[in-house]
Amino acid sequence: MARLADLGVWERELLLEMLKEIPDYKGQPWVAGPPLDKRRVAIITTSGMHRAGDPPYADGAAANDYRVIPGDVDTAQLVMSHLSSNFDRTGFEQDVNVVFPIDRLKELAADGVVGSVADYHYAFMGAARVPGLEPRVRQVAALLKQDAVDAVLLTPV
Amino acid sequence: MGALGHFIEREGIPAAQISLIREQTAAIKPPRALWVPFMLGRPFGAPNAPDFQRKVLRALLALFDRPSGPVLEDFKEDAPVDAVGETTFACPVSFAQADTDSDDPVKAMRREIAQLAPWYELARKRRGRTTVGVSGLTMEQAANFAAGFTGDAPASPYDARLSAGVALKRVCDDLKAYHYEAVAAQPGNLSSREIDRWFWFETITGKVFLAIQQACLRSDDKSLQPLGKLSLVPRAIAHALAEKARTAA
Repeated sequence: MARLADLGVWERELLLEMLKEIPDYKGQPWVAGPPLDKRRVAIITTSGMHRAGDPPYADGAAANDYRVIPGDVDTAQLVMSHLSSNFDRTGFEQDVNVVFPIDRLKELAADGVVGSVADYHYAFMGAARVPGLEPRVRQVAALLKQDAVDAVLLTPV
Repeated sequence: MGALGHFIEREGIPAAQISLIREQTAAIKPPRALWVPFMLGRPFGAPNAPDFQRKVLRALLALFDRPSGPVLEDFKEDAPVDAVGETTFACPVSFAQADTDSDDPVKAMRREIAQLAPWYELARKRRGRTTVGVSGLTMEQAANFAAGFTGDAPASPYDARLSAGVALKRVCDDLKAYHYEAVAAQPGNLSSREIDRWFWFETITGKVFLAIQQACLRSDDKSLQPLGKLSLVPRAIAHALAEKARTAA
């Protein structure tokens, strides 16, 4: 579905146009870590997800703030206020795990595939601009370190 | 998403990401990425498919075992068809047709909301949750507020912390989620694409949203302009409407 060849011409052209503004990080830096079954894993979603009742994200594309999703969150409280209307929301409406796989991650921790699940996870707005994003990510990284996280899963919509 | 991974890694924490648009990820070269052939909005494939979701998650986690990078791996399996199937064709009830003569969008929207209420409640009960609740307004309040933007003198935000644009977007997200959840509970096993087309072409609320989009395009309020351009009406729907207009001309 998200193969470029499957998209309409207008959408394909738009996405290819966006490539011109994309930086090339050349896979650097690269940080190694312990074996998977010793790692503590957190999820960062760029779905604009949050708990109902959380303060709203900042306006539009300036929204580079984030929301905290506690690991023991009642997933029935999770909603989404993403800026874009150009992705499917019917999946999320049925099952939060299709966007934010917290239950699956807990299952893998219980099975010993990963060491443990972080106490806190984070949500950003996918349309956030790169320059304003870095200071916020640094804040989140500091929080992740306090939580002893050594593996972050990044999930878009 | 790729930038986020890069910044996290720069702070000394390894990161692995799902890629939905392979070309973008290939250009940005984040440390570890798993491209998945799923529709936008479904990075773990399909709702209520725990085995499949686990498979995607394990493939993503396996990238942490790689000794060096950048890694961009392809997940080769397509997502299973979910409970709201992709193959069945059905024609949901059209509200826009039934209310063609109504001049009052608020009354028509409220009637539509009331007609959908039993289906929405059924969906909420079956799923044990709802994604309606971003604005905190009832659907009737949301209808009143949104319809106020079809004219040239929009209502003040219902929450002083919000710009008109953010308030309107949150209200529209709630109205849309209410309709989508309600119609998904109806017989017919509609696909996400069919639900989209139903909402935008067959409901009063969809018609009101299109009017709101036009009003936002005309507005001098900068917070409303994104809703006129891209954040209210999906590109696929805007394109289909333009095609329809071209054919009719």
